[in-house]
Amino acid sequence: MTQYLLSVHMPADFQPPSPEVMQKMFDDVDKFNQKLQADGSWVFAGGLHPAEMSTVVRAENGKVVTTDGPYVEAKEHVGGFWIIEAPDLDAALKLAAEGSQACGGAVEVRPFQDNPS
Amino acid sequence: MTVDASAIEGVFRAESGRAVASLVRFFGDIDIAEEAVQDAFEIALRRWPEHGLPPSPAGWIITTAKNRGIDRLRRESSRDDRHRQAVLLNTKEEVESGTVEDDRLRLIFTCCHPSLAQEAQVALTLRLIAGLQTPEIARALLVSEPTMAQRLVRAKGKIRANNIPYRVPTDAELPDRLSPVLAVVYLIYNEGHVATSGQALMRDDLCAEAIRLARLLVQLMPDEAEAQGLLALLLLTEARRPARTGADGALVRLADQDRGLWDRALIDEGHALVRACLRRNMPGPYQIQAAIAAVHADAATTEATEWSQIVQLYDQLMAIAPSPIVDLNRAIAISEIDGPESALDIVERLDLDGYHLFHAVRGDLLERLARHDEAAAAYGRSLELATNDVERDHLRRRLDHLNAH
Repeated sequence: MTQYLLSVHMPADFQPPSPEVMQKMFDDVDKFNQKLQADGSWVFAGGLHPAEMSTVVRAENGKVVTTDGPYVEAKEHVGGFWIIEAPDLDAALKLAAEGSQACGGAVEVRPFQDNPS
Repeated sequence: MTVDASAIEGVFRAESGRAVASLVRFFGDIDIAEEAVQDAFEIALRRWPEHGLPPSPAGWIITTAKNRGIDRLRRESSRDDRHRQAVLLNTKEEVESGTVEDDRLRLIFTCCHPSLAQEAQVALTLRLIAGLQTPEIARALLVSEPTMAQRLVRAKGKIRANNIPYRVPTDAELPDRLSPVLAVVYLIYNEGHVATSGQALMRDDLCAEAIRLARLLVQLMPDEAEAQGLLALLLLTEARRPARTGADGALVRLADQDRGLWDRALIDEGHALVRACLRRNMPGPYQIQAAIAAVHADAATTEATEWSQIVQLYDQLMAIAPSPIVDLNRAIAISEIDGPESALDIVERLDLDGYHLFHAVRGDLLERLARHDEAAAAYGRSLELATNDVERDHLRRRLDHLNAH
């Protein structure tokens, strides 16, 4: 089994859709989350506030510099993520496709390094 | 019986793909499998000249490689290498000769996994399935050896980190997963057929490897009509090779080729495959392109070519796999039936400004319409875009010919 980060990428200028569409998105994501938990793929998941809500902290030479985020000014930012466990990449890609369908954003699949256990 | 190093090299070339594939399944790791097979061949180079070839060289290599791989893992896992320890724990399955073919098929789908970039797919397929050495692949694809080595390391790293599986896709997934596999083999042939750059028009070694791979796909997936279509297309294209360049190495256009030079044996084999595809009645892009090549192969001259049949096949191709390139080729066939004016009408609508052959075709049609200034401009633009020296010479000759009028 390998753990994968499925991160959802949203355009920085993302405009929230109508409340009905938004509600359907929440419902679909909720259903997808329940499925992940039921089949044992679930490790963790969460949605994030917009990137401009973030703060960047850098510790260097004993000094801490704190700045208003995000870390990288980009056209797209991570809007949320799942951490899943899957037997192989094909299984992870299949779940990522379902996640993308549910949340309406592109999903990047990235493997975790092995647990140092 | 004496066995020299070149005979052993030959066995290596023929058998390493098979051996690596079965050991990848056994060890679950490409690097370990490759190292083990390399070790086995080094032993063969020492033993075979003295003891002669074993009864089954392929079986000997797989067994020896397996044992060497296990030895090496035991030795090295005493170091702090959890990965190798884990591999050793999991190598329980026996390597059976009956599953070797399946092993290669599994590995082809791993090499051509859609999560890998196409240049990585091509490099992995040539390395692991065709059994080419890294310097050979680098030479064939005109990149430096360090670049190719790095590309392979990165691709194998991605396979391991992502846990890309070694398995044949299920029937439901197969159509999606087969198309990159066929595309890689087609690309390897094409790169050999009209080398992107360089002096020779064709790079024979790549064409030969692509045909070998296409044959392997047909053997491994006898029910896939598109795999047969691809093989037929490559064979029928390859058949024209002796006529494609003149004695001076210059390009000879299809219309001007000495058809007596075409390889009849390859044409016959290609024809038989096309007929078998037609009987299946599951047309796909490669099969249709093969059928077009078969119509050309049937004709004794350009004039005797059944152009209407070719246009019909291009129509069919446009229906299932539309692209401006297909439209461009269809326009050439149209020019043979309805004349250059109708063909030019189609060509002018295509958005292919960056493609050198678009301008070459346009130039040819304009030349036939006696619009010489426009034709010269089109050839000039084509010359700016073409990167193969032989194609460039051809275009320069067309341009000189035009300016002489």
